[in-house]
Amino acid sequence: MSIFVDENTKVVVLGLTGSQGRFHGLRNRAYGTKVVAGVTPGKGGQDVEGIPVYDTVAEAVERQGADAAFVAVPPRGAAEAIVNCAAAGIAFVVCITEHIPAKDEALVAARLRRDFPGTRLLGPNCPGVISPGKCNIGITSGDIALPGGPVGIVSRSGTLTYQALHELSQQGVGQTTCVGIGGDPVPGTTFVDALQAFEADPETRAIMMIGEIGGDGEERAADYIRNEMSKPVVAYVAGVTAPEGRKMGHAGAIVSGSKGTAKAKIEALRSAGVIVAKNPTEAGELMVGVVRQFEGEWTATTPAQ
Amino acid sequence: MDLVEYQGKQYFARYGIPISAGRAADTVDEAVAAAEEVGYPVVVKAQVQVGGRGKAGGVKLAADAAEARQHASDILGLDIKGHIVRRLWIEHATDIEKEYYASFTLDRAAKLHLAMVSARGGIDIEQVADTEPEAIARLHIDPLDGLGLPAARQLASDAGLDPEALDQAAAVLVDLYRCYVEGDADLVEINPLVLTTDGRVHALDAKVTLDDDAAFRHPEWSELEQIGDVDPREQLAKEKGLQYIGLVGSVGIIANGAGLAMSTLDVVNQVGGTAANFLDIGGGANADIMANALEVINTDPNVSVILVNIFGGIVRCDEVAQGILTALERVDLASPIVLRLDGTNSVEARRMLDERRSEQIIPELTMIGAAIRAVEIAGGQS
Repeated sequence: MSIFVDENTKVVVLGLTGSQGRFHGLRNRAYGTKVVAGVTPGKGGQDVEGIPVYDTVAEAVERQGADAAFVAVPPRGAAEAIVNCAAAGIAFVVCITEHIPAKDEALVAARLRRDFPGTRLLGPNCPGVISPGKCNIGITSGDIALPGGPVGIVSRSGTLTYQALHELSQQGVGQTTCVGIGGDPVPGTTFVDALQAFEADPETRAIMMIGEIGGDGEERAADYIRNEMSKPVVAYVAGVTAPEGRKMGHAGAIVSGSKGTAKAKIEALRSAGVIVAKNPTEAGELMVGVVRQFEGEWTATTPAQ
Repeated sequence: MDLVEYQGKQYFARYGIPISAGRAADTVDEAVAAAEEVGYPVVVKAQVQVGGRGKAGGVKLAADAAEARQHASDILGLDIKGHIVRRLWIEHATDIEKEYYASFTLDRAAKLHLAMVSARGGIDIEQVADTEPEAIARLHIDPLDGLGLPAARQLASDAGLDPEALDQAAAVLVDLYRCYVEGDADLVEINPLVLTTDGRVHALDAKVTLDDDAAFRHPEWSELEQIGDVDPREQLAKEKGLQYIGLVGSVGIIANGAGLAMSTLDVVNQVGGTAANFLDIGGGANADIMANALEVINTDPNVSVILVNIFGGIVRCDEVAQGILTALERVDLASPIVLRLDGTNSVEARRMLDERRSEQIIPELTMIGAAIRAVEIAGGQS
């Protein structure tokens, strides 16, 4: 199994006629994802290499049965686009857009919480989600992922996610799903959300978690792991050497005073029983070690298909 | 973007928050003229992006022109924790009865706005939070609900503000929330918010951090001057549209993706080196961007080696390699490049670089290997 998406997920791409949406939307389709529609207001009736384009998300849902959305529109229109997806009944929305104002993100979170609790947002400013061999929504390069599990990956950083996928795939260790939650201050899906889904997924046997400085998402994840999780977790946290008060590329990656430091996050994760790596390569090696140690046991208890 | 005090106050004033009459001054003569205009006694305040100005001698009271001249002359040019004072704010002095605290920021975990109000103003609020957490009243605000006067008054009352200050404080809180939301600030903080001896509530200090991502709907922000010294490397990087942060080490860093860049800094540190910068070239690692990145790092005299760490996903490593080779033709580099390329098309990329055999490029297969090599080179030259 996978989390959030699977081989039946039908995706509508918002901004399919723009450069980002077209490039990644077509890549996602080439990977095997069911990209069923595009939406660009005013361009309804056109198509992008055979993918029909509609004026509204509601039309894409009605005509093509889209149940997931890929939002690849510029920052000033992104918040409205996400809410439009939710209003059209889309259950899972991936938003890769970077530089959305924080107030807009907070407003989107409030709208989803109050009016559309059935919609899950992944991102903004995230690489998306890939369930190898089944579905890829976002900007992850599909060829570095390996189908079959048993590892689930959740990460705040894009390139470090690719690095993690690559390290595991090269050792022949596959992934059930790889989730990029993004580096913004108000992520739609948090570490805890993804960990919960992995814990509930019988095919995911171990989880790799990649955090970074800023906020307290990693500390909350540590609490959840300590209290609720049975599966092994290997983690890496970037930004041990980050200076205070400077945003390290991501809007959410900032150390303010003693808050949000990598050191505090690493200590919280260690105390929750998480295996913490010094760098992304070591995280890959440690995860391969966990898989080799337990794979016999896991095979003996393979869940019924 | 962080505003200095007077910019923050002027930003507050747009939203109707009461502030003292004041004027900015860059010279001693301007300071005296400003003092004459706002009326004695005045407070002469250093405008720098750092706390603890008062203790450092950056805030002084002047009763007349002679004192204003003396203080302005003392404070201009003063070094406050590494920040040289180049601008002053001269404001009419306030007779303070009580000092409070008020702020709005985002509570990321709750995904709600958070108001904090305290009757213990005038000191570091983190200290209050540590020693007397109950002295800070907190209120989560759903952006769909906003903040109305009754809730604001209740919050001020919960914080223990004096009864005679409640109505005015509530009005300030409502305006401050509007400044925070409509003004697209990541943080607005008044410390202290004062009650004067004649019963008025107003902002005696201002801390405002604007959300750079919202600049597109605030054309007025372009008029805000950057106060204080700007790192020339960061200035150049900004002009070239790069995500760059200057640091003090000897290993120049270029990586694609913020996480990988941060991680590269960490790994350099783990193997005994120090990074000269953080530089994320993002997803479009083409020749032009690579050349710009190398140019910026090349201006840093502390750099003795450049570590380029690229993981190809959508970005193909052969394109990156081509970019570096093209960049080398454009930029006359003072330092060698240790290059780690992995991911999509990395084999082709390495072959291309082998064929060109540039002595300035030292290839490494892994991130750790590259960091060790770079630090060796940096150590050997310093």
